Amino acid sequence: MRLVIFILKRALHSIFVLLGLSVVIFAISRVLPGDPARMAVGARAPQWVVDNLRAQMHLDEPLYVQYGYWLIDALQGKFGISLVTRREVAEDIKEFFPATFELALFAGILMGGLGILLGTISARHKDKWIDNVVRVLSYLGVVTPAFVFAIIFMLVFGYWLKWLPTIGRLSEGLTRPPVITGLMTIDALLAGDLVVFWDALKHIVLPAIALAMGGLAQEARITRATMSDNLTKDYIAAERALGIPERVIMGKYLLKPSLIPTISILGLDFAGTLSSAFLVELIFNWPGISRYGINAMLRKDLNAIAAVILVLGVVFIVVNIIVDIVVAYLDPRIRLSAERSE
Amino acid sequence: MTKVMGDWVSELGGRAESATSISWRELQRRSRRENIGRAWYKFSRNPLSVAGLAIVLTIVFLAIFAPYVTPYPHHAGPFTDFENAKLPPNLKYLFGTDTIGRDILTRVIFGFQDALLMGIVVLALVVPPGVLLGLVAGYYQGTWIDTIIMRITDIFLAVPPLILALAIASVLKPNLMNSMMAVSLMWWPWYARLVYGLTSQLRNEYFVKSAETIGASKAHILFREILPNCVSPIFTKMSLDMGWVILIGSSLSFVGLGVQPPKPGLGTMVADGARYLPDQWWIPVFPALGIVVIVLGFNLLGDGLRDLLAAEEA
Repeated sequence: MRLVIFILKRALHSIFVLLGLSVVIFAISRVLPGDPARMAVGARAPQWVVDNLRAQMHLDEPLYVQYGYWLIDALQGKFGISLVTRREVAEDIKEFFPATFELALFAGILMGGLGILLGTISARHKDKWIDNVVRVLSYLGVVTPAFVFAIIFMLVFGYWLKWLPTIGRLSEGLTRPPVITGLMTIDALLAGDLVVFWDALKHIVLPAIALAMGGLAQEARITRATMSDNLTKDYIAAERALGIPERVIMGKYLLKPSLIPTISILGLDFAGTLSSAFLVELIFNWPGISRYGINAMLRKDLNAIAAVILVLGVVFIVVNIIVDIVVAYLDPRIRLSAERSE
Repeated sequence: MTKVMGDWVSELGGRAESATSISWRELQRRSRRENIGRAWYKFSRNPLSVAGLAIVLTIVFLAIFAPYVTPYPHHAGPFTDFENAKLPPNLKYLFGTDTIGRDILTRVIFGFQDALLMGIVVLALVVPPGVLLGLVAGYYQGTWIDTIIMRITDIFLAVPPLILALAIASVLKPNLMNSMMAVSLMWWPWYARLVYGLTSQLRNEYFVKSAETIGASKAHILFREILPNCVSPIFTKMSLDMGWVILIGSSLSFVGLGVQPPKPGLGTMVADGARYLPDQWWIPVFPALGIVVIVLGFNLLGDGLRDLLAAEEA
């Protein structure tokens, strides 16, 4: 019950943040020098067409009224026509978003799984050579931008070793499975087409790892730090004294409390992949929402820019709420302090 | 008191002077010198911090004296030499040459200039307003001032900085100046939040309460009592942020919204070079490594400073 109140409060706050974000996005799309109506119809259209469109787009009215109209449309998913694809922006988003989501999902799994594993190994063998190797690698992982990893992986595993494909989601000649979830690998599995599944999986590995590296390194560092900190706690000594097997101590009593900071950061990093995806998708020619967004930005396609940022903002905020809930569930102290502050 | 102090000073300074002959100011100066010496000792004990400092100093040196230390300074501009185009790394061109025959080593070193400029300008634009807003919001915690300022920062922190910075840079004219503006607009909330947290703790300390009691002005309390206690964390964050700002800047120039050709931007060089993979791999890889080295340097330095300042406070 109290957890429900905690979640509601959190959600209410997020709605406020989203409204604020929509103001910022609206402001950005109106900062552009030039007339959106003129930009939409092109330089050669006669003036009366532009004037008609201006009235239709409510551009003659005060800014706050314009914002009202824009917000109402946006809430209904109407972002207007994209100047680049000449289609409804909402359609484009529906088409491109799943590809990015699939990529981020794989990256998230890699970050969490490998990050925690490496961190645990590192903490278990603290100050041994393996710990030092993991620490140096994770430091390099944190400071190297995702697009540098993308280029290096592409070069080494794609071109030199030729292990993995480097472009797109699927090889030429393969038909994509019927769209159910929009996630290529899952759709292929649902269609029972293992050849396509395997091919899609091979395509996603390089971009997903490039995206995951930064977060993976971060997770490893944090897991190592919390674990080696918790290892010195009295309760661990007590469990050892009681003769509980080391494996059980490590896997059960030490891991759970040590994962709390990791999970908070993992959420942030997962959402952060949506932003690094902007460059990684460009490099791997991955047909996702970020590549779409970049093309929109380079062509000043305002409707599409606004929609992309808003969608990513919503995802970011939802992920953060989920992380807060998971952490509150894992950590009784946070749950209790939320209750006490009621 | 002075006697004890004098002994302490003469012992540490290694000079036999009588306690009374040292002025208070001289004593302060000596103790400051002592502190710096001790801090440097502690800092230099960690080889990683020293490596970070060395990397940063080297890059700053290379950037400032780029026209004198690079082998082909005229390659930083719109120079072409098609006979020597696309040469792999060799003794004459250590990092190879690009598609129109320019030395990549030269261009990477010149690229450091705008990268550093980006970091410095953004931090200079971002830190004062961020710190001020954080101070005010933290001091008036729980009032409407706090609510307004911190809710606005929440909005900016709700989206990864790169996304909004890209969006802002995209509606402006693409150049270095505007990309700095775009990143700055996204970066101040981090300082507001950092200082807010510190201030809301400090305002309950006795020294702040006593300043309030004797009727010190708000400006005095904020800037003379609270701010000096926030300096170390701010300083540490600035050192770490230099790396991150440069990274975001190179991301902007990667998509063509930052440094414009023919000026060498590290991100631009990576993006242009990526087209020539895998045959001319050196064209994107060396500028990319340039970005990594710069970010690595500032991170190592920042971590070293943090350890140092944390140890000092403990």
